[in-house]
Amino acid sequence: MNQPTSIEKSRTAEEFLKGIWKENPVFVAVLGMCPTLAVTNTAINSLAMGLATTFVLAFSSLLVSSLRKVIPKQVRITTFIIIIATFVTVVDFMLAAIVPQVHKELGAFIALIVVNCLILGRQEAFASKNNIRLAIADALGMSLGFTFALLCIGIVREILGSGSLFNIPLFGSGFEPWVIMIMPPGGFLTLGFLLLFFNWMQKRRKEKAEEERGETRYEEAREFL
Amino acid sequence: MQELLWIFISALLINNFTLAYFLGLCPFLGVSGRLETAFRLGLANIFVMLITAVCAWGLNTFILPYAPYLRLISFIIVIASTVQFVEMAVKKLSPDLFRALGIFLPLITTNCAILGLALFSTSKGYGLVEGLFYALGAGGGVTLALVLLAGIREETKVLDIPKVIEGTALNLIIAGILSMAFMGFAGLFSAAG
Repeated sequence: MNQPTSIEKSRTAEEFLKGIWKENPVFVAVLGMCPTLAVTNTAINSLAMGLATTFVLAFSSLLVSSLRKVIPKQVRITTFIIIIATFVTVVDFMLAAIVPQVHKELGAFIALIVVNCLILGRQEAFASKNNIRLAIADALGMSLGFTFALLCIGIVREILGSGSLFNIPLFGSGFEPWVIMIMPPGGFLTLGFLLLFFNWMQKRRKEKAEEERGETRYEEAREFL
Repeated sequence: MQELLWIFISALLINNFTLAYFLGLCPFLGVSGRLETAFRLGLANIFVMLITAVCAWGLNTFILPYAPYLRLISFIIVIASTVQFVEMAVKKLSPDLFRALGIFLPLITTNCAILGLALFSTSKGYGLVEGLFYALGAGGGVTLALVLLAGIREETKVLDIPKVIEGTALNLIIAGILSMAFMGFAGLFSAAG
């Protein structure tokens, strides 16, 4: 393989970075909702789910991207799903062997990574159209963004719902945990309010930008006069 | 008989697939804008889930004891292709039904609720009849959640809602409150049992 030029390098970096913030799969694209809400009742589970998804996404993207010229167009979705399902089976057995406790808590949700729209979406939209380096950069960026989002939700839910973080108690005995946060409604509410927060930040940034533009226009007008 | 009823009620209300297990959220948030569409999507869900229950039971009884590592792959492929065949049959036999459900079928064949149903019902060791009741309850639960959310969303359209909260954030918060309401059903079992 020939050496990547600096343009290619910066493109790789760009594809990697976009998944973490600008096109964050959870907060911006709202993909892969089931695992996002189902397993984020503690920070540890969120991390495990994030890493499992990272593994599956990275290896599926690698395989799909390297086979992109061989896979016939008509059966591409089926092929992607078989590839993804294979890696999910690997991760399922791996977690059961290495961390049986976490595997038990995540239960069927590990198997459900197969139908995470985020993974299939990346294969269809990116890995099947780009070379291996870009595909891996995209996969790693997206899964890092996904893990980050899961951790955000998991940390909020664990602190409020159990008064601890990574199983380490944070508050004294006077703290009354909000049990609702580790129950299903807590997942919906936490993500809802996080999205609300991001919307609000975006709106403020836009208003600020407009304000600045308004000021410069005013100055320009004064100069003109 | 009573046990079958409990399986049905439990999947319908207490362990509602959408509001307690977070399964099938993509269509839940995406297609719940209009009441009628939501209802039809729910019906399509019940339909696919019944097919899934039969497939899952067949695979689990005849194939998987010999090859447990094929569980995920075989579930997905068999369910997706069976749904496709049934879709063709429905198109031929009952064009009306196809027109009502048709466009949703490809959308939900690889939905998490469908795969989740196959995984949960086999891991609970349900037989064919129990599996069918479970599927009926789960599908009914998804329909119920969809219709409830769509109804509330139709109401919010005429309300004066702050711009920042509109969209997914609002839907999730509504879903959270719905989910809280459904938690009230949790006592149903212990009270009767």
